[in-house]
Amino acid sequence: MTAGATPPAPGAAEAGAPGAAGPRALAWRRRRASAVRFWRQYRTRRAGLAGLAALVLFALVALTAPLTVGSGVAGVTDAPGGPLEAPSGEFPLGTDRFGRDLLGLVVWGSRVSLLVGLLAAVLSVVIGAVVGVTAGHFRGVYATVLMRITDWFLVMPALVLAIALATVMSRSLGTVVLAIGVTSWPTTARLVRAQTLAVESRPYIERARALGGGHWHVMTRHVLPNVMPLVLAQTTLMISSSILAEATLAFLGLGDPTVISWGGLLQDAREAGAVSAGDWWYLLPPGIAIAVVALAFTLCGRAVEAVLDPRLGVTR
Amino acid sequence: MQPTAPDAPSAPAGPDPLPAPAGPAVRGPRARTAAAYLRYGVAKAGGAAVSLLAVLVTGFFLFRLIPGDPVRTMTGGRPISAAQLAAYREEFGLDLPVWEQFTDYCRKALTGDLGTSYQFHAPVVDKIGEALPNTLLLTGTAFVIYTALGMYLGTRSAWRHGRFGDRLNTGLALTLYSVPSFWLGLLAIIVFGVGLGPVPGLFPTGGMESGGEQGLAHVLDVAHHLVLPVLTLVAVEYGQTLLVTRSALLDEMGSDYLTTARAKGLRDDLVRRRHAVPNALLPTVTLVFVNLGRTVAGVILVETVFSWPGLGGLFYQALSVPDLPLVQGLFLFFASAVIVMNTLADLLYPLLDPRVGR
Repeated sequence: MTAGATPPAPGAAEAGAPGAAGPRALAWRRRRASAVRFWRQYRTRRAGLAGLAALVLFALVALTAPLTVGSGVAGVTDAPGGPLEAPSGEFPLGTDRFGRDLLGLVVWGSRVSLLVGLLAAVLSVVIGAVVGVTAGHFRGVYATVLMRITDWFLVMPALVLAIALATVMSRSLGTVVLAIGVTSWPTTARLVRAQTLAVESRPYIERARALGGGHWHVMTRHVLPNVMPLVLAQTTLMISSSILAEATLAFLGLGDPTVISWGGLLQDAREAGAVSAGDWWYLLPPGIAIAVVALAFTLCGRAVEAVLDPRLGVTR
Repeated sequence: MQPTAPDAPSAPAGPDPLPAPAGPAVRGPRARTAAAYLRYGVAKAGGAAVSLLAVLVTGFFLFRLIPGDPVRTMTGGRPISAAQLAAYREEFGLDLPVWEQFTDYCRKALTGDLGTSYQFHAPVVDKIGEALPNTLLLTGTAFVIYTALGMYLGTRSAWRHGRFGDRLNTGLALTLYSVPSFWLGLLAIIVFGVGLGPVPGLFPTGGMESGGEQGLAHVLDVAHHLVLPVLTLVAVEYGQTLLVTRSALLDEMGSDYLTTARAKGLRDDLVRRRHAVPNALLPTVTLVFVNLGRTVAGVILVETVFSWPGLGGLFYQALSVPDLPLVQGLFLFFASAVIVMNTLADLLYPLLDPRVGR
């Protein structure tokens, strides 16, 4: 898990070399050891493991979707069934209002929902981390102004802001990613700033400064690796809320109408009158998929957070 | 402020920035508290004013300078003639220089003119005024229920943390927290509104009133319509309060003063209610208010799903057109409302917890 969080160094190849005493190799050995320690602690959390298992399953389904269902499932013109058929042997989850196979649509929709959730979360966490690290590193007016802006965004109703953004921009996945990303970063910024302040007060930062390390060196080489675990946990939690936000925007008709996503399927269902007709089987699968994935990411995030409890300092 | 009234006149009279502990004991701590509270209040109100100004500016730039012509967005890409385009541009003042547009917009917004909705051909302010009471009814009812429920269950959970009840509570809260609120609302309509299998439709599927009733019958009718939206809103929002209360109380659990209270021989129940919970209350109240933004999102979706004639339903109608003056007006309203509520909460804290605001 932490392998993705550690900054890739050019010395990756020599990491396996036994007994290499270079500082790079030493750093890598320490990182590997901390990854192993992390995994050992993570393994003891049952909820986190369940979340991880669900995520692996959904990732496999999304990645293999071109092989299992293919992009043809989204075509309206040559739909295999009649409109709004209840679940049967041929269509295990029934058909949608165009007669398309609902199971195939839910599988195909996982790609967009996961991708948008992932991208929006990464965008949001990157903004949050940059704001947090710089606000923690540079004190004074800059930090004050930055934190005022952060607090402002924190209080703002994020969905209202995202809706306003998505309304004035063109309907596309990029818009959705942007709208979610730029409205959801302040929590990350606050957490990262607090951690940065804690790290910056350590003696080795003073040492680095005394040896002539500039702002860039201190921030990227000393602060960033130390806030990375926190950022990782935050990303996992953010993906969960981004997937929910994506579904919400799609449901409100602000998503890209040309792609299949879980929120879009729910909007289709509502527009097709599935609610007043009592067609519960149309509504159930996309909603359950959203809830399970969001819950899985939340469980993973909480487990990661518990293992690396920021209040107890960074595990390293 | 009220209890400090006898001392209040002395508060502004004493320009004593560093009150020594050995100072005049007669007009002592109360006057200082009032002065400190006043300073704190003014600082908070100033911050809120800046935030409101930022909302105003954002509202302007969001709807005018974003790539894409507002008129084009409004017409939804339908081809219109150059003359029509020019007429629209003039109607919304888009032919003026940006700076003039901005000052014009600020002057109008500050005098309560948010423009005219081109969907309803009515002033945006009037539409908001019509919908506001309905939203307050729905949100207020739900807010009271989910805050009380979340705090009660959160306290229970933390006090018996790690037990089965705690795991069940936390698990359920997390699950409901991960469920899209609009989806839960749709399911509630199918099961309890339309009726599913043996379950008959018990509640109306949407709207706020059937129409035609008077007096008590009308009140009961509205209450009948209120059940499903409130239940949905409570279900998706209580988990947040529960988790916050739980972690705030868990932070207090290891404290020495609780051991002292127990050593005095107090009943477990009293230790919880009188000693632990009051101290855990402040972070909880803070987060309940910070999370109001999230509640706004829940309200918009629930009102949309249940066709509740409130601000959320109005917002949905506005953005599906899109009716930009209405979207903008509601954006300004939602954002300002949340900021004002947060400021009120800030002003309340010192009264809840004397450690704040010194």
